[in-house]
Amino acid sequence: MGFDQYHEPPEELPGATRTFARLCASLTEEAEAIGWYEQRLAVESDREALAIMRDAQGEEFKHFCMDLEFLLRRTPLWREIAEGILFQEGDIVEHGEEAEEQAVEGAAERGAPLAGSTSLGIGSLKGVAS
Amino acid sequence: MSHLLREHAPITEAAWRLIDDEARERLTPALAARKLVDFAGPHGWEFSATNLGRTTALSGAPSDGVQALQRRVLAAVELRAAFTLSRAELADADRGAEDVDLAPLDEAAHRLATAENRVVFHGFDDAAITGIAQAATGDAVALGDDCAAYPRLVAHAVEALLRAGVDGPYGLALGPDAYTRVLETTEHGGYPLLDHLRKIVGGPLVWAPGVEGAVVVSQRGGDFLLDVGEDLSIGFTAHEADSVELYLVESVTFRVATPEAAVALSP
Repeated sequence: MGFDQYHEPPEELPGATRTFARLCASLTEEAEAIGWYEQRLAVESDREALAIMRDAQGEEFKHFCMDLEFLLRRTPLWREIAEGILFQEGDIVEHGEEAEEQAVEGAAERGAPLAGSTSLGIGSLKGVAS
Repeated sequence: MSHLLREHAPITEAAWRLIDDEARERLTPALAARKLVDFAGPHGWEFSATNLGRTTALSGAPSDGVQALQRRVLAAVELRAAFTLSRAELADADRGAEDVDLAPLDEAAHRLATAENRVVFHGFDDAAITGIAQAATGDAVALGDDCAAYPRLVAHAVEALLRAGVDGPYGLALGPDAYTRVLETTEHGGYPLLDHLRKIVGGPLVWAPGVEGAVVVSQRGGDFLLDVGEDLSIGFTAHEADSVELYLVESVTFRVATPEAAVALSP
């Protein structure tokens, strides 16, 4: 079994970062599998085989979405940017630029934790209801 | 490994999550200052001082014909509240217990939030920090125990801010005693006093443990700055067979840029 989802020595990484890396690796694998099934479906002519592979690709869609949701829940800044891009009509690149700018600036104003910090991440509470 | 030494604690990842979540839950309602003043940072544990942009002329000089000025900074203060948790309780949490006793953490969270509020609103002489109520330039007015007078007193404070050219909205920090009195009170017709005061200030009204009386503060921004190095974190000190010693910590400085942007109402 390989451990190449880690870019840094695993023993130096906090447990939460190792879990995060595992789910990132899983997300990549699900995306690859979706792409592979897409290619197989494009060339297959047997209807029964097509039905099985469509069903299998649906599983990969589900796995990809579950991995993504986990990662977004653990990464508020990523989630905020994703909310500005996903399921939106219009220009994807434009939404991406706007979402990134707003989320990064907003994070700075809120006093978001520094990368790698193990603080409680409380920051500013302006606007938080009493 | 960070200076918090969390990896050395005999605490599982699940128990750390429980401890961090509990601390966040307890701290957030009590951190009144963070709901009313500007927040800068976190700059990290290495952050040691805020630049004041000012100098002090030194009487001596390294050589003739040379003037020496020393830069002035506001040194960061580390606020730390220690607490001890039972390892048996944490082990029960790992087993799925829902009623884990984290009372020492809750008390430490309250102590630290109260300390942060006191530094911001009443200052900390030992650290050369002037609080908002100390810096406020208006005439001192007593809040007193008579809730019926609160709307008039707060309205006068708002009027004083307007006269000083400080535009709204404003926020109101109420010490625990005053806050309880306000919560308990309805005016003629049953209208909650809390809502009336909110309407007068046009901004948040917050429960502020550590505050004596009340303080009306501008919410326009740029008047009061809490500069944070290490934001609130939990670190590990030591452990025994049956207990683990932890601490809540943060490093901060605070300064008032516009003294006339606040009115203090003494108890």
